[in-house]
Amino acid sequence: MSVDDETPETPETPEAPERQVSGWRRLARLLRPRGTRSELLTGLLCLLLGFALAVQVGQSTGDQLSGLRQDELVRLLDEVTQRADQLDAEVSDLEEIRDDLRSADGRDQAARDLARQRAEQEGILSGRLPAQGPGVQIHVADGARPLEAQVLFNLLEELRNAGAEAIEMNGVRLVTTSYFVDSGGGVVLDGAAVASPYEWTVIGDPQTIDRALEIPGGALPRVRDEGGEAVTTVSDQVTVDAVRIPGEPEHAEPEDG
Amino acid sequence: MIAIVGLVIGVVAGLVLQPTVPLVLQPYLPIAVVAALDALFGGFRAMLDGLFDDKVFLVSFLSNVVVAAFIVFLGDQLGVGGQLSTAVVVVLGIRIFSNAASIRRHIFKA
Repeated sequence: MSVDDETPETPETPEAPERQVSGWRRLARLLRPRGTRSELLTGLLCLLLGFALAVQVGQSTGDQLSGLRQDELVRLLDEVTQRADQLDAEVSDLEEIRDDLRSADGRDQAARDLARQRAEQEGILSGRLPAQGPGVQIHVADGARPLEAQVLFNLLEELRNAGAEAIEMNGVRLVTTSYFVDSGGGVVLDGAAVASPYEWTVIGDPQTIDRALEIPGGALPRVRDEGGEAVTTVSDQVTVDAVRIPGEPEHAEPEDG
Repeated sequence: MIAIVGLVIGVVAGLVLQPTVPLVLQPYLPIAVVAALDALFGGFRAMLDGLFDDKVFLVSFLSNVVVAAFIVFLGDQLGVGGQLSTAVVVVLGIRIFSNAASIRRHIFKA
């Protein structure tokens, strides 16, 4: 094949007779430096090519963006800008949601606090929760005759009038439905018999309660009239431990609105 | 021989100097390099064929580079620069392959 291409006017005249020369030999022969003008020119062009090649390789490996064309760069910039806008919008959305959640959480917290506060107040007033605070302790005992339920109930009413907030007697919490009845020489409180001495623990303003109980013709003077014994101890800190689970109202319903 | 030495010196110089390509030339340099490679392979093949002529080599080298760069420039002006440079690279790549095949036949007889 190569032999056919060989032209008669080869410059290498000494080798001309040898036509069946091998490719490698010919290559080696061609590569032999001869210092002609043509070789110098070729060398110069090759130098230029090598230089440009190395520069371009350095350029494209050094910086990805610098090798891109203008329209590609514009497109890239557009994409980046668009993406940044999207992310900005996402950020503001998320911030809005976060603020919403925060304020909702704050409202919920306030509502929960209020509800808990009310539950505590109502729990104390209804006898559902134990309570402590300033108050009085009253020791009431039978005299020669047993005290009647009427006397004890009168004492309870006086305590309520004097602003008592939590009342306990002989370990029973007294609530709005509490009652005293006479039963064959003894007294029954809320269905259970109680006996002298009656130890009352009352939470409320101690001075007011003390004064209210001791007014002439009041609760304690009446106990003494009946022959009983009544001693009031004012205290800064009394504890009402007994609780009462309020039953579900059978007939009454909360009024809406 | 001198051609190979020149090529090596050029590569080393480019790697050592690391010059910054002017912004205007940046889109054309890769195409010009591929065109010059095509001219180099063509010249090498002509040399093996015994048809090598330094004048032809010089002219084909320079015209290849200039025409390739011009086509890309034209493409840039027309808004199809990317596609045209791809076309140029494909054509030159085919030529390089056919030249390389011819060279291979000369050297390996296969």
